[in-house]
Amino acid sequence: MTDTDIPLWAACLVVALALGGAGFSLIGAIGLIRLRTFYERVHAPTLGATLGMALIVAASVVFFSMDEGRLVLRDLLIGLFLTVTTPVTLILLGRAATYRDRTEGNADAPPDP
Amino acid sequence: MSRLLPHPLLSLALAVMWLLLNAPVTPATLLLAGLVGWLVPFVMLALRPDAVRARAPGVILRLAGTVLVDVVRSNIDVAKVILGLNRGERRTGFVSIPLDLRDPYGLTVLSIIITGAPGTLWVQYESATGRLLLHVLDLTDGDDWVRRIKDRYERPLLEIFR
Repeated sequence: MTDTDIPLWAACLVVALALGGAGFSLIGAIGLIRLRTFYERVHAPTLGATLGMALIVAASVVFFSMDEGRLVLRDLLIGLFLTVTTPVTLILLGRAATYRDRTEGNADAPPDP
Repeated sequence: MSRLLPHPLLSLALAVMWLLLNAPVTPATLLLAGLVGWLVPFVMLALRPDAVRARAPGVILRLAGTVLVDVVRSNIDVAKVILGLNRGERRTGFVSIPLDLRDPYGLTVLSIIITGAPGTLWVQYESATGRLLLHVLDLTDGDDWVRRIKDRYERPLLEIFR
C-alpha cells in the first residue's frame, strides 16, 4: 500500500472523498455533544453512517480500482451491510429510551402513536 | 418459488456478493458463487419466512433515486442544525403517521429509509392500529411530514409489495 502509484487526479479525488466523508462523520460526532435530548442526539451519528460512510467507501473504491487496475466493487458491500444494520441499533436504542421515559413518566416521553 | 430454488432473490444476492468478494471472476469463483447461491437459501427454509414478492422494477428504481436525493439533502440539513447555521427557532418533536402499508417487508424497507435518513427516527410502530411514531429533528416545515412520508415513500412501497 505504501509503494502504490496512482495518477495525481485520482489521488486528489480519493483525498477529497475521504476528507468529505470524514468531515460528515466529525459533524455527527460533534452533534452528539451539542444536541441536548436523547431523541435529538440519536440523529447525529446517522451522518457518519450514511453520507460519511458513502463518501469514504467511494474513496476506497476509487483508490483500489486505480491501484489494482480494474473496477473493485467489493467495498460497496460495506455500504450495503451498514445501511441494513444501523437502523436495527437505532430503533433498539429509540425503543429502550421510549420505554424508560414512559415508565419513569418523564415530561419529554414520546406520546402514544 | 420452487423446491429447487426456494428463494431466488436471496440466491442471486448471495452469488453476486460472493463474486464481489472474490473478484476477478474466474471459472472457479463462478462455480463456487453458483453453489453458495444455490445451497445457502435452503438454511432459510428452516425459518419459514414468507416469500418476498417485489414487483414494479421501475418503481423500485424511482424510489431508490428519491431516497438517495433525500438522504444527501437531509445529511446537509442535519449538519447545518448541528453546526448552528440555521437562523430562527428550531422545533423538534414527534409526528404520528397513519400507515396503510401492512406488508412486513415493506415496513422493513420503510424503517431503513426513515432511520437511514438523518433527521427522522422510527420510534414506534403499532401493528394493531397501523400507526407509526416518528421523531423529527427539525419540525419547522409543520404538518406536511405525514404527506411527505406517505407520498414519497409509502405509495411506491405499496406498489412494490402489493
